[in-house]
Amino acid sequence: MVSPAETARRAEQEVWATLGGVPDPELPVVSVVDLGIARAVAVSADGRAVRVTITPTYSGCPAMEVIERTVAESLAARFADVRVETVLAPAWTTDWITAEGRRKLAEHGIAPPQRPAGDEPVPLGSGIPRACPQCGSVRTERLSEFGSTSCKALYRCLDCREPFDYVKSL
Amino acid sequence: MDYLLRRGDTALVLSHRLAEWSGAGPTLEEDIALSNVALDLLGQARSLLTRAAEVEGAGRDEDTLAYLRDVPDYRNLLLVEQPNGDFAHTVVRQFLYDAYAVELWRSLLGSADATLAGIAGKAVKESRYHVEHSGDWVRRLGDGTAESHRRMTEALADLWPYAGEPFRTDDVDIAVAAAGVAAPASELEPAWRRRVTETLTAATLAVPSGGWTQYGGATGRHSEHLGYLLAEMQFLQRAYPGARW
Repeated sequence: MVSPAETARRAEQEVWATLGGVPDPELPVVSVVDLGIARAVAVSADGRAVRVTITPTYSGCPAMEVIERTVAESLAARFADVRVETVLAPAWTTDWITAEGRRKLAEHGIAPPQRPAGDEPVPLGSGIPRACPQCGSVRTERLSEFGSTSCKALYRCLDCREPFDYVKSL
Repeated sequence: MDYLLRRGDTALVLSHRLAEWSGAGPTLEEDIALSNVALDLLGQARSLLTRAAEVEGAGRDEDTLAYLRDVPDYRNLLLVEQPNGDFAHTVVRQFLYDAYAVELWRSLLGSADATLAGIAGKAVKESRYHVEHSGDWVRRLGDGTAESHRRMTEALADLWPYAGEPFRTDDVDIAVAAAGVAAPASELEPAWRRRVTETLTAATLAVPSGGWTQYGGATGRHSEHLGYLLAEMQFLQRAYPGARW
């Protein structure tokens, strides 16, 4: 006989595993768990209902509605009652990207954030990527502070000349 | 409600102005940057207007507030409704606003309204990237060619009269300050002025000596430009009420 608490705990683990398979629509190499977008999971005592809390990276992130829907769909087969709730506080920070997430980003040519995201002030020059994700050179230059999505900046490697995306510290 | 509308409408109108540059930016990178900033502001506006509607409790939401109010009901700063003009005007307008926004959101982190504090927690981080970006342009263009310097000087002269509106304190500000929702508007000015002076000086631009003469957005008295902006932004919902996609 498995206790109700144990049932709920197992169900929560299942949910986290499922969420680990939900890709970010704009950075599909990482999941919503890798990015720290999925914040909390709560399963009801009877194991029928689940509530997932997610948070946007940037206020204007256009991917949020897709993420909300995909998360709900991924759990619909397993739970009778699925609720996905978006919260703003505490504000997302790049510090929440997991080690696994950073590894996957780098592997796919996207430089992970470098500077720990402190509060004050932002000398942006200090937030530069450590190395070109293609050739590893540390000689890089910023082409634009705003890249193909809100969370990225565009850089170029001065050695291999390849442009690359960099996830900005936030 | 009025305080939230002031913040939300300002973010919405400036977002729309920047979106006008989408596809027409001076370079591809800058086009994307302006659109990115526009998106951040739009996200902030959505949260702020949603909160304003909740506080009002009259069944409205972010969409009805954005699409179904006319000019006198808008509470945005006059600065942000000014037309894009040349790139110098866009840059100066953005910098004067961003420098204020950083101080505003920082001051709201401890707001007694937890929702507003949460919005500020996100917005303050975004506004630091924004002010870095617009400040970079101010320096580059101010300290650039004779032509870019001339244009920046003109843009500053045109927009400076609007720059003081956010620091004016009226009954709404006094009420929210008393409730612990926001710091008095005038308290944000010294830090704003420090940053503006420092950046303009680095850009070899003179801080205008003229006064701040243009006020009214916060109480619904707008320049003629807002009507045209709303006409474009609201056309679809006005012509096809309730349209969705």
